[in-house]
Amino acid sequence: MAEPLVKAEGLTKRFGEGAPSLDGISAEISAGVITGLVGPDGAGKTTLIRLMTGLLQAEEGSLRVLGFDPTKDARWIQASIGYMPQRFGLYEDLTVEENLNLYAELHGLPTAERPPVFAELLAFTDLARFKSRPAGKLSGGMKQKLGLACALLRKPRLLLLDEPSVGVDPISRRELWRMVSRLKADGVGVVWSTSYLDEAEACDHVLLLNQGKLLFHGAPQKLTERTKGRVFRVTDVEGRRRNVLAEAIDEPEVVDGIIQGQSLRLVSKAGTTPKLPPNAGPRARLVPVAPRFEDSFIDALGGGPGGHSQLAASRRRIEARREPVIVARGLTKRFGDFTAASHISFEVSPGEIFGLLGPNGAGKSTTFRMLCGLLKPTEGEGTVAGIDLRRDTAGARGRLGYMAQKFSLYGDLSVAQNLIFFAGVYGLIGARKEQQIQQMIEVFALGNWLSMAAKELPLGFKQRLALACAVMHEPEALFLDEPTSGADPITRREFWTHINGLVEKGVAVVVTTHFMEEAEYCDRISLIYRGRSIALGSPDELKARIATPERPDPTMEDAFIALVEAHDRRAAA
Amino acid sequence: MTEQPFSARARARRLFALMLKEARQIVRDPSSILIAFVLPPILLFLFGYGVSLDATHTKIGVVMEVPSQSARDLAFAFQASPYFDVRLATDRRELEGPLARREVRAIVVIPAAFDADLHKRSKTPEVQVIHDGADPNTASLVQGYAQGVINSWATVRAIGAGKARPDSGPEDRMWFNPEQTSRYFLVAGSVAVVMALVGTLLTALVVAREWERGTMEALMATPVTATELLLGKVVPYFLLGLGSMSVCASLAVFVFQVPFRGSVGALLAISSAFLLPSLGQGLLISAATKNQFLASQIAILSSFLPTFLLSGFIFEINSMPKVVQWICQVVPARWLIPSLQTVFVAGDLWSLFVKDIAVLALFGAVFLGLAVSRTRKQVA
Repeated sequence: MAEPLVKAEGLTKRFGEGAPSLDGISAEISAGVITGLVGPDGAGKTTLIRLMTGLLQAEEGSLRVLGFDPTKDARWIQASIGYMPQRFGLYEDLTVEENLNLYAELHGLPTAERPPVFAELLAFTDLARFKSRPAGKLSGGMKQKLGLACALLRKPRLLLLDEPSVGVDPISRRELWRMVSRLKADGVGVVWSTSYLDEAEACDHVLLLNQGKLLFHGAPQKLTERTKGRVFRVTDVEGRRRNVLAEAIDEPEVVDGIIQGQSLRLVSKAGTTPKLPPNAGPRARLVPVAPRFEDSFIDALGGGPGGHSQLAASRRRIEARREPVIVARGLTKRFGDFTAASHISFEVSPGEIFGLLGPNGAGKSTTFRMLCGLLKPTEGEGTVAGIDLRRDTAGARGRLGYMAQKFSLYGDLSVAQNLIFFAGVYGLIGARKEQQIQQMIEVFALGNWLSMAAKELPLGFKQRLALACAVMHEPEALFLDEPTSGADPITRREFWTHINGLVEKGVAVVVTTHFMEEAEYCDRISLIYRGRSIALGSPDELKARIATPERPDPTMEDAFIALVEAHDRRAAA
Repeated sequence: MTEQPFSARARARRLFALMLKEARQIVRDPSSILIAFVLPPILLFLFGYGVSLDATHTKIGVVMEVPSQSARDLAFAFQASPYFDVRLATDRRELEGPLARREVRAIVVIPAAFDADLHKRSKTPEVQVIHDGADPNTASLVQGYAQGVINSWATVRAIGAGKARPDSGPEDRMWFNPEQTSRYFLVAGSVAVVMALVGTLLTALVVAREWERGTMEALMATPVTATELLLGKVVPYFLLGLGSMSVCASLAVFVFQVPFRGSVGALLAISSAFLLPSLGQGLLISAATKNQFLASQIAILSSFLPTFLLSGFIFEINSMPKVVQWICQVVPARWLIPSLQTVFVAGDLWSLFVKDIAVLALFGAVFLGLAVSRTRKQVA
């Protein structure tokens, strides 16, 4: 094999005190393959990429990039790499063509060579039509493609892409992937960093990072294979599948378990087969299925969290109400002549999780905000726990819990101060306030963190605190906006264990997500696209709708893409 | 086929590309246009008119203590003057209330003895003017205009009577007009404020914005050198600063009629020298903070406010406490304003300019040097 493009040995990078951001990384990156840099937020992906560009310096270890030492010869590295940082790096008030010209000059692409290169890249990225449009007016997917084009102007030997698929809808994500794959044939070494494990699976080679440590280094199939024969789907579950999951995970043989539509997915310890809990019913069956990257990732981390939520155990059961808790009837929101959401209707019953699934800018957050009473609908109505949002917004808000994207905590307040503040905001007083705060501290094991500023907390604890603040007043309806985006799979599982537990206590949950895996936890999903609900049904129903003989078992993402494309075709016709 | 990435030619091309990019952004970004070209006229208009003492249609009261023909004549002269809106009365007590409430700014009393005095050749007739002492500027202005009205009335009357010269009061047409000197003063200050805004605030903001939007990181990962990055910012904003200085100066000379007795070359030299520390400060701020909000706060505190308060622009430095006077010495604008005033009002005085330019260049060297040493191609 040829000399690797990048060779790292014992690379360590610290920012201030505390655990290093990268801890003794030894790895290689080769030409002509896509190397996935995989891990949750804070794993050290961006730091590693920046070290390779020479924009950061490591404290320990050695690093060679294209034969150069980035601490001494960064400029020679920078002259022959393409780099796309997380936030595009495009000038929003320059047009597509002006951006290309700027980067062509910066990379020293001779004027004479430009027309063919531009033509090729514009065709490649399908941006030729938008040549004179300001970059700021492009969609997220198009911006990402332009960023890629700018990084490719001088045909780099090494292409570094930092989370290129964040904020990009699934369709553009696939296009981007196809474009990058084509570069392999020219011998370009590609580094694609991602927190999506399904993307990791598609890479030729993977560096799996977690909390600054390299967990795995090799072909993703190698890791996936580790759980071969240990992954099962549980079908024909009787009774509440969430309860069954909670029991199943607590079985000693089970390492990991999640919900997949109406079925469960279980991973067992090496050499064992999971035992089905009694509440699964007599007809439940274990079907062996092919392992996925994520199964092995959780296994490599030592298994997922326990199956029972202490949070749910501490909550009172919400008395069954016959009518739905959350009702949206023809909700419409217009901003000027732009319709952000158009005639969206659905109902959520107690003990149900309802998902709003769609790409960024589709209107799911708008719909969501109207239902929380944060945005006044132009038309239509919404009720929460029987309270009309237009008549008594404050009353309705008192009955719902809201967890905003990126956790709306007060970063400068301590954990205890956040709890006290939110208890006060939700009108808890006296003994009940004390008791609820105490309970949250116990349930989420916040005892050791009480005096720490919320912004200093590790991500997992931030999420716990945000959830604690949203449920302290025991709401009947819970609104979760992109609750686990960027979270590592373990944190995500812990979160869903709590939510599943709350749902079993009778809470109605609405969740927005662009994360296909999260959609699997929902009982029903509304697919929001261009302000409209284009499909509504259970995850299994939506998947079944697009199943074909060639693709009998489509994923949620397949379903999403097929349904959106079908909608576009109908709209075009 | 591949050009050497660090040859002089490649460097020059990159620098030019960066400057072109910056120029395009300036043209398309409403906030830079606002600061560089809309703010100067606003400032000048504010300082030109806001503190100007415009006496047309000043409300006054005229009291005729005797309803004689000549008293009515004089009262009519006041009514006919474009400078006054007249409220007539026959007793001064009627107007005391309105004066206190500022409904009239002065009371002209034509006394009972007016007619008698007028007919006595030996005596000049007296007219009393009662002012609102709370506003001495208006008072002195009204005084002048009232005198003017009385003088011209007397002249007309004298000509009518076949006499060559009026017999009441001296002919005094030098109306006191304090706005003129303050306007000269304010122009120099506005130029300083606008250039500080463009040089420091705008520069700090645009660099911080590049960090916030992630474009700085993308730039840094290209073969661009730190010097090219800095020059790519300094040159366009230097030109923009000179541009908005020219807007200020042209408005001052052509709209506000401020004299320009020095040379354009001297004005350019002084302004250019001032832009060096301004830009250096802006770049230094942006090297220290990568956040637009923080950058703007620091720029306003360290550049805009000192230029406003500690440069001698509005407050006389000599009347400040000693400690503050010392602080004023390190405010670059303090070394700009005397030279600017001189170049407008007095003319070229190179002995002063050279000293001020030298001090400004020294400040510039310090700030730019610090900025260069702080700017490395590193993201953290």
